[in-house]
Amino acid sequence: MSGAAEGILVVGGGIAGQAVCEEVRRRDADVPLTLVCGEAVAPYDRVRLSHLLAGEADAAELALRPDDWYADRRVALALGREVVGLDADAGVARLDDGRELRFAQAALCTGSDPLMPPLPGIDLPGVHAFRTPQDCAAIAAGASNARRAVVIGGGLLGLEAAYGLVQHGVHVTVVHLVDRLMERQLDAAAAALLLPAIEALGVRVLLERETAELRAETDGRVSAVRFADGSEQQADLVVVSMGIRPRVELARAAGLEVARGIVVDDLMRSSHARVVAVGECAEHRGVVHGIVAPIHEQAAVAAEALVGTREAAYTGSIPTAKLKVMGIDLVTAGAAEGARAVVAADERAGTYRKVILDGEGRAAGAILLGDARGHELLIDVVKRGESVEDPLALLAEASAATAADLPDAAQVCNCNGVCKGEILDAVRLDGCASAREVMARTRAGTGCGSCKPTVLDLVALATGSASEEPAYLCPCRQQTREQLAALVRERELSSVSELTAACGAGRDCGACKPGLAYLVSEVAANRHREERHARFINDRVHANIQNDGTFSVVPRIRGGVTTPQELRRIADVAERHEVPMVKITGGQRIDLLGIRKEALPQVWEELGMPSGHAYAKAVRTVKTCVGTDFCRFGLGDAIGVGVELERRMEGLYTPAKVKSAVTGCPRNCAEAYVKDIGLVAIEGGWEIYVGGAAGSRVRRGDLLTTVSTGEEAIEAALTFLQLYREQGEYLERTYDYVERVGMDHVRAAVLDEASGEPVALRERFAIAKAAADPDPWLERRDPVHPKQFAELDTDAQPLTPIDAVLAGPPGAAR
Amino acid sequence: MSALADGTWVVVGRAVDVPLWEGRRVTVEGRRIAIFRTEDGLHAVSADCPHAAGPLQDGLVADGCVTCPLHGWRFDLRDGERIGGDGESLVVYEVLERDGELLLNVGSA
Repeated sequence: MSGAAEGILVVGGGIAGQAVCEEVRRRDADVPLTLVCGEAVAPYDRVRLSHLLAGEADAAELALRPDDWYADRRVALALGREVVGLDADAGVARLDDGRELRFAQAALCTGSDPLMPPLPGIDLPGVHAFRTPQDCAAIAAGASNARRAVVIGGGLLGLEAAYGLVQHGVHVTVVHLVDRLMERQLDAAAAALLLPAIEALGVRVLLERETAELRAETDGRVSAVRFADGSEQQADLVVVSMGIRPRVELARAAGLEVARGIVVDDLMRSSHARVVAVGECAEHRGVVHGIVAPIHEQAAVAAEALVGTREAAYTGSIPTAKLKVMGIDLVTAGAAEGARAVVAADERAGTYRKVILDGEGRAAGAILLGDARGHELLIDVVKRGESVEDPLALLAEASAATAADLPDAAQVCNCNGVCKGEILDAVRLDGCASAREVMARTRAGTGCGSCKPTVLDLVALATGSASEEPAYLCPCRQQTREQLAALVRERELSSVSELTAACGAGRDCGACKPGLAYLVSEVAANRHREERHARFINDRVHANIQNDGTFSVVPRIRGGVTTPQELRRIADVAERHEVPMVKITGGQRIDLLGIRKEALPQVWEELGMPSGHAYAKAVRTVKTCVGTDFCRFGLGDAIGVGVELERRMEGLYTPAKVKSAVTGCPRNCAEAYVKDIGLVAIEGGWEIYVGGAAGSRVRRGDLLTTVSTGEEAIEAALTFLQLYREQGEYLERTYDYVERVGMDHVRAAVLDEASGEPVALRERFAIAKAAADPDPWLERRDPVHPKQFAELDTDAQPLTPIDAVLAGPPGAAR
Repeated sequence: MSALADGTWVVVGRAVDVPLWEGRRVTVEGRRIAIFRTEDGLHAVSADCPHAAGPLQDGLVADGCVTCPLHGWRFDLRDGERIGGDGESLVVYEVLERDGELLLNVGSA
């Protein structure tokens, strides 16, 4: 059957309604198509609601398609309208505004309502369902005043709601009717491992509690949850997440066969030939699916029934689930138990990987907790019900599986039902050249986002280019700087170990710990809690480790300008400590090399100069030429501006080292064109260059701007420095940073005063600078640990004032 | 753990001198030994990286492993094995904490 003149009416603007529209248009570009949406906005991605609650996305980002998608494809939208009556025989639908729409065929995608049990108090203010963006907004608003929240229901959505509430700083208790969390997806052993992981988020879990009543305070708002055993839990916010109830009123009134949902056959047809039903309102072979993946399979079959030319049948879906809680990897497919199962578990690491087989030895289910590697492969095996000879070998194979090993039919994006083959085709047949284009075309990776790394791998595979893998700050846990920074901000984390406890970053190989330490310090504007175990040895002892385990000491000599007294003192220290080498550095400093860790405090004491930060990912040197002071050609006060620039930014840590220079004329004696930040005096003003390099790569800096005074030049340089401090990846030098983001982005952020961004950057810079430790070498007098500068069987040299050193110990011959 | 009475256990310092996820070195009978504290407790291994004699006590510690500060060689503190590459492993010693003191079994290697 094909669409008649009046076309197809899709009732319901959820993921199912959208999916039916997409599948119909894929097969027929012309049939008139109308989508009636009860909500005032075009379909959005309900799967990502928990991201909305957790503040990781805003409502606009959840839109499934931009508004012009509907116009371009001639899909008529009736937003904010309900279908209140359906005459299937006559082909007429009546809207709540009295309008009538004619249709040849209709697709009911009315979805479901949250199941709100008929408990006393269920309607109290402060009790919310967890279903729509409005629910999320109400919950988030309530959370800002709430102290204790109760989530009723310990299923997937309930746990995601609890995670979202924790982000709002509320004490959260999850109460669950049965004896384990997520009992529909997990066996007892996996649930037992999930419990402590959920508790580690700061969520309290009460199992086997039947809610009997929601009680109110005198103000009429909910104040407590009372259980069937008589116990109570205080709560000023209650979120109910107990499941769904298909919305079938319209279908029932239209005379369609309805059981729990609208009964459909294998072609997704209801009891009336003109009407199909798809999604959570439909009941197929006695099952109502409450998750997203089956919707896409159903929609494709329904579209064939509506406008298609070939036979297609829906035979049911293997349910899959992925818990979208940062730091907890959990993916399940199919049954949790079966005739036979093998498990690979590591209790200490909190990982549990199980494959379930049916009586005939076919894959029937999989549970991956704490380590979800290879889940696409396992889900595919379960979906196809493959015979599995050696389940342990399958688990091992999945652990090592890369995107290239997946069969083309393996579903990569469960939110949008996109298979590996479709992603490859987008590159090979449709000419997409980048991951961004592939994601826009196929929608893979645009749902919950958890499959994005796999999508990027596949695009790289198909294009033959290097993977556009995001730069992970913690590669072990695949967490980016942006994700981790958001977590630090939301939960107001102040140390690396809090961040590790929150999401696992830094727990595995530990290589990212210094990067995490920088991130925490940067986000907290240097008011973080310093943890030396997360710092490289250089930043534990504030000196640069050498190949023999000794250290080098470089005192700060601003602008490279020193005095005879200072030089004499440095020479005395070098002699007294028998420093093996004294070297002038490329940054116009003096380096004392070969100093034992135990001697560092006393060397610093005798020098009486602050740290030059030559050992750190930090603001290093500002190199200068003599400028107008002595040079015949000097156009600007290079030394004055250079010393001031150094003073204004010294002590600040940065994603990677920052070398600077100020030079008094374009002859560039201070090499300012090839520094991270370079100021060049020209006739009548100053040029500011950023992103220069003269290391393994040589790159002339990009001209940021030209200003008229030295003070303006310093301001521009510091604004850029703060931008880089906030946006640079750890160990990413400025020359890679400016190439990554582009100079247009940099100029807009640093120079567009009308936007307010430069002012905000300067304010954050000032706050960070004020809280920065100006001289870590003062730890010589107040070490963070008694053995900070010593080993178990040695001690740091006792600090002796310089006068006493010069006088020598009583009776000693010097 | 073997009996303390066999004469090869020696007191090498105070337990508080090894902070969590850090290491400190001690020299016993000419052998340089690095003692670390992790979430599992104390570990003792030969202190010189077999690659270029880097000071392992100054390395970053995570997941029961230490990474040499010089060139990034990584070793499991529990068995001394190098992670992700060939090369000599570390000598592992028994170490324990008693009455606030660190006891090292120099005969346990």
